Amino acid sequence: MSEIHFREMASKSWLNILTFLCGSAVGFVLCSQLLSILLEEQKDIQPSILHNDPHARHSDDSEQNHLEGQMNFDADASQHKDENTDIAEKLYQKVKILCWVMTGPQNLEKKAKHVKATWAQRCNKVLFMSSEENKDFPAVGLKTREGRDQLYWKTIKAFQYVHDHYLEDADWFMKADDDTYVILDNLRWLLSKYNPEEPIYFGRRFKPYVKQGYMSGGAGYVLSKEALKRFVEAFKTDKCTHSSSIEDLALGRCMEIINVEAGDSRDTTGKETFHPFVPEHHLIKGYLPRTFWYWNYNYYPPVEGPGCCSDLAVSFHYVDPTTMYELEYLVYHLRPYGYLYRYQPALPEKILKEQQNIPPLILNNLH
Amino acid sequence: MLSESSLFLKGVLLGSVFCVLMTMLGHIKIDYGKRTHHHERHHLQRHHLQAPNKEDILKISEDERTELSKSFRVYCIILVKPKDVRLWAAVKETWAKHCDKAEFFSSENVKVFESVNMETNDIKAYKYAFDKYRDQYNWFFLAHPTTFAIIENLKYFLLKKNSSQPFYLGHTAKSGDLEYVSVGGGIVLSIESIKRLNSLLSIPEKCPEKGRMVREVSEDKQLAVCLKYAGVFAENAEDSKGKDVFNTKSVGIFIREAMTNHPNQVVEGCCSDMAITFNGLTCNQMYVMMYGVYHLRAFGHVFNDVLVFLPVNGSDND
Repeated sequence: MSEIHFREMASKSWLNILTFLCGSAVGFVLCSQLLSILLEEQKDIQPSILHNDPHARHSDDSEQNHLEGQMNFDADASQHKDENTDIAEKLYQKVKILCWVMTGPQNLEKKAKHVKATWAQRCNKVLFMSSEENKDFPAVGLKTREGRDQLYWKTIKAFQYVHDHYLEDADWFMKADDDTYVILDNLRWLLSKYNPEEPIYFGRRFKPYVKQGYMSGGAGYVLSKEALKRFVEAFKTDKCTHSSSIEDLALGRCMEIINVEAGDSRDTTGKETFHPFVPEHHLIKGYLPRTFWYWNYNYYPPVEGPGCCSDLAVSFHYVDPTTMYELEYLVYHLRPYGYLYRYQPALPEKILKEQQNIPPLILNNLH
Repeated sequence: MLSESSLFLKGVLLGSVFCVLMTMLGHIKIDYGKRTHHHERHHLQRHHLQAPNKEDILKISEDERTELSKSFRVYCIILVKPKDVRLWAAVKETWAKHCDKAEFFSSENVKVFESVNMETNDIKAYKYAFDKYRDQYNWFFLAHPTTFAIIENLKYFLLKKNSSQPFYLGHTAKSGDLEYVSVGGGIVLSIESIKRLNSLLSIPEKCPEKGRMVREVSEDKQLAVCLKYAGVFAENAEDSKGKDVFNTKSVGIFIREAMTNHPNQVVEGCCSDMAITFNGLTCNQMYVMMYGVYHLRAFGHVFNDVLVFLPVNGSDND
């Protein structure tokens, strides 16, 4: 009798123990889940307070030609904790730039890919122009052939495409090659002083052949909205020729015919901002031999050595893929802590008007 | 039934309490680990020394910031060989100007440049520096002319470090049991470390001034051996994300490696934003780095830095 009772009691206490253990296991698991959710939330809150790159907030375009941020910029938010990008973001809103990159089917993976991974995302809109469409990249098909002799025709068609589809979406329209590196923030600073309703265009100004000069193709050039309108109109009315083997010269000639001004893109100390070569070629004295065409082409007195290039350079050309990333690192990542740069450019007026919104510390620290 | 459900609930309660306790303990352990004085060491572990993070910086007051910026006095030793004349010139014209003082040590006098005449040897150079400059500088940075250095970032890295502690920093490597700082990435010693090194030099068995009997032992390893005897241990310098700040490779090499290894995150995977050194540069690249670091930047990106460093006089590269 007692044995049965004992067994009953034993089994009952086993059951009790089991129940208790189950309970504690459930409690433990639930609690750990809850805690991990709470802690994740804490981590999530921080990044939204940080000022990240402007483009992170502006990928609201659903059209398939627009590139969404495939590449993870500033994934390491902690490195940029001390960075305030308010002014860069304001300029992004006020100076809208559409970039189109001249490329071709053979170069999408070799070159254009690296443009897409670096500076292209900072344009308000970016389009890759090729002779044939590529839905995956994505690239616009201009239905031309490829080759150097096609460059001008591609340029005309590209600007036409941009005009027909995106005229009202931007103020300025930048053309670059797939081996051009462009610093959009600096381009916006340059253009903020001008009115896009005026007929003007900027780039690295060359002097031969065209009275007011023309802009180097490789260094990239940017047209105001009015300039774009006139350019496209010029072909409809045959004011400008359709064919030429020298893209930048032909465009420059056309600009002069349609009264679009060739602007001065130098910074306030007279240093060039658009560059037809990589920094090394400009910075090292004697790198470009004196017999090189470049010395006779530059509209303004050419400078080699440290005075060659503005702190706020806009572009470099003949940039290979490795150098694309190196420039990206040097411009947007590596910096000398606490250094007070010699060149302290003024805030553009468009930003000055809203001065009250900007904390004084930032105004004082503005480089 | 009731007793069972109450038992169950008691179990749940105990389980949650246990879980919370464990989580808290886990956090405390991490915090403790962070605050652990870096001088406690296990010889076989790699030692990591981190750059100060934002929370530490915010605790410094305005006045202290100004004082701090001036309180780092860095003396740079650049060991050159006469055949390096072009690199020597490039370094002299570029980053060396940002040292509070920079001297070039060469075994032969070269007409064009001033140099300190001695056999190019890390240990001898440090001894010379200590004898001459112990009262004027508190940090001593040694490099070869193939290295590019950003002294401002070095000073930022040293922000919370007391030079009267024995620091021996750079890009570390291991040779058997010995952890040493690779000279390629640059070697940083605090004044305390040099003091200790100096006192050991009188004991030639432990730390000979001249080249070793065993010629294959490279100088940076020799220095590590000497310092070890003096109770000074190598530490690898990293930023708050764990990236090395002293680099034995150039930016280009890092980028190329990143393009192969992680092509979707090339720049992110490359190098620290607060990098102090890169190595393996040509003279042209020195000038390009000066432009890239001290000039080229993106408008509208503003930083709230604790320290302030003014541009140096008599320099047109920055």
